Amino acid sequence: MAILSLAWKSLINRYFTAMLTVTSIALSVALLVGVERLRIETRASFANTLSGTDLIVGARSGPVQILLYSVFRMGDATNNISWKSYQDIATHKKVAWTVPISLGDSHRGFRVLGTTTAYFQYYRYARDRRLKIAEGQQFADLYDAVLGYEVAEKLGYKIGDPIIIAHGASDVSFARHDDKPFRVAGILARTGTPVDRTVHVSLEAIEAIHIDWQSGAPMPGLSISAEQARKMDLTPKVITAALIGLKSKTATFHMQRFINDYPKESLSAIIPGVALSQLWNLIGIAENALLIVSGFVVVIGLFGMLTALLISLNERRREIAILRSVGARPVHVFTLIMSEAGFLTLLSVLLGLVFLHLILLAGQPIIENQFGIFIEIGGLSPYAWSLLGGVTLAGFLVGVIPSYRAYRLSLVDDLSVRV
Amino acid sequence: MIIDVKDLEFCWQPDTPTVLSIDAFQVAEGERLFIKGPSGSGKSTLLSLLSGVTAVVDGSVRVMDHALEQLDSVQRDHFRANHIGYIFQMFNLIPYLSVVDNVMLPCRFSAYRHARALTRGKQLESEAMRLLQHLDMDHGELHQRAVMMLSVGQQQRVAAARALMGSPELLIADEPTSSLDADHRESFIRLLFNECREMNTTLIFVSHDASLQHLFDRTVDLSEINRSNQYTTEV
Repeated sequence: MAILSLAWKSLINRYFTAMLTVTSIALSVALLVGVERLRIETRASFANTLSGTDLIVGARSGPVQILLYSVFRMGDATNNISWKSYQDIATHKKVAWTVPISLGDSHRGFRVLGTTTAYFQYYRYARDRRLKIAEGQQFADLYDAVLGYEVAEKLGYKIGDPIIIAHGASDVSFARHDDKPFRVAGILARTGTPVDRTVHVSLEAIEAIHIDWQSGAPMPGLSISAEQARKMDLTPKVITAALIGLKSKTATFHMQRFINDYPKESLSAIIPGVALSQLWNLIGIAENALLIVSGFVVVIGLFGMLTALLISLNERRREIAILRSVGARPVHVFTLIMSEAGFLTLLSVLLGLVFLHLILLAGQPIIENQFGIFIEIGGLSPYAWSLLGGVTLAGFLVGVIPSYRAYRLSLVDDLSVRV
Repeated sequence: MIIDVKDLEFCWQPDTPTVLSIDAFQVAEGERLFIKGPSGSGKSTLLSLLSGVTAVVDGSVRVMDHALEQLDSVQRDHFRANHIGYIFQMFNLIPYLSVVDNVMLPCRFSAYRHARALTRGKQLESEAMRLLQHLDMDHGELHQRAVMMLSVGQQQRVAAARALMGSPELLIADEPTSSLDADHRESFIRLLFNECREMNTTLIFVSHDASLQHLFDRTVDLSEINRSNQYTTEV
């Protein structure tokens, strides 16, 4: 107890260097735990992108690719699904609902997704949250568009604004469906998923804007106006993918096999959860690298403490001799330096948590805005606790080095040491 | 006899020359002894041995009926904590403790000194204050001041108060006045004498300044009793 109070007073006396040491370790601790927090939140946000869907159907390809284009709006499908095949699946007796998805167009960098109102009814994210219309309504007219939150916010659209859809993923002027302008009918509430970056229109509208197109270009000499198109048969011939909900989850593998073995067309059915974790394994490497780097930053911080303690030791041989003269044993001297290292480490970890909390408070709105990741402020994950425990243990272990040196000094120095 | 040294032979390492070689050296209880000798005459080594910091290699060193050569290092540390007050030439104080905390320091390491101090004062702090007052450090505001703000003379008196805290039986002062100017030396020594007499503490005072020796009961010239004429440089 006496030694602890000595150690504390000694640190207070050298508060400037002590604060520098504590701050540098605390910042590294904040970084480490912050990265860990970010990792958990991105993973959760990632896994929350889609839920409630049992299978996703697309043309035959790998699960990650289907997931990328159907859920993340990245990349393109290799092939389409015929409307006939889609109908076969949709009417299968084990299928509860289906949501068709038709991709291929874009609006100023945002993907356009053709679907039905079933999309608003069945699409689920973040366990069991459904899409909410923040303003306006779902498609009422053929040329109605429902914008994701980010699309409306970045481009400054309001209900009733006209928008022009471009053919393909890039927005070049000669490939615009400018003869058939759309009207913003609704804007969705923020979800933190790729839905925020999507322009939704009906499948019929996708059909209508391509009715006078062929092979990715307007058919020369043929021009069908927006009003003429309304009167034509707008049943889609193909879609890109479909989300499927089953009546019973136990039928998942059966249904997957049914689709994969579908005789008339080469199709693939993927289980979203499995594909999501496959995809995560790919990009999770980067996050692991980040965590390892911040681990090294902590090591550097602890080396700073080691240096500070070892340097102070040279100035403190006199102090050690005084303590010895009043009866302190070498083990007391060891405990003194060890306690200082312990205090520094514990203070650093505490201050690190304070830093992290402040950073999160300040950064939370920015991160949510920029990346759509909502970071919860509050309890630490068990892994974060074990990281903190590891840092504390490492701090004590580092403290052993100067403590042992002080112990040796107190053994070899007699009381006459003059420094 | 509070100190009884017989046939002491000491060298720092087995193959190095002998530093101390003393046939007999005795100090009576309550005596005020002046030890003089040029540097290199083995003063510091002798004090290290008497205070139990350094282990006796050959011969016998009895201090207060403790045969130091038979004690292990932990026992010697306990012995020192309980029975010996020590004053250095300079830099006596722990810089991050207040004056009073410095004085109370021995009681943190020895329950015996703690108890002895409480027989004199109601609290450790009041006993520390009393000692400081007796050593002419009766300015209350000094007691909480950072020790590095004190003059060298004040620091030495704080060191004396600390060495006397808990009434140790033996006080070892290693050139405590050499950093003081001539006027302050004698007054410092007289203050030390008063307190030693009051607490019945034996004083061993080491100095190369022979002008002080007339104040003491007895003087020992270490270069005379140390038969080892290896005047090695002290560490």
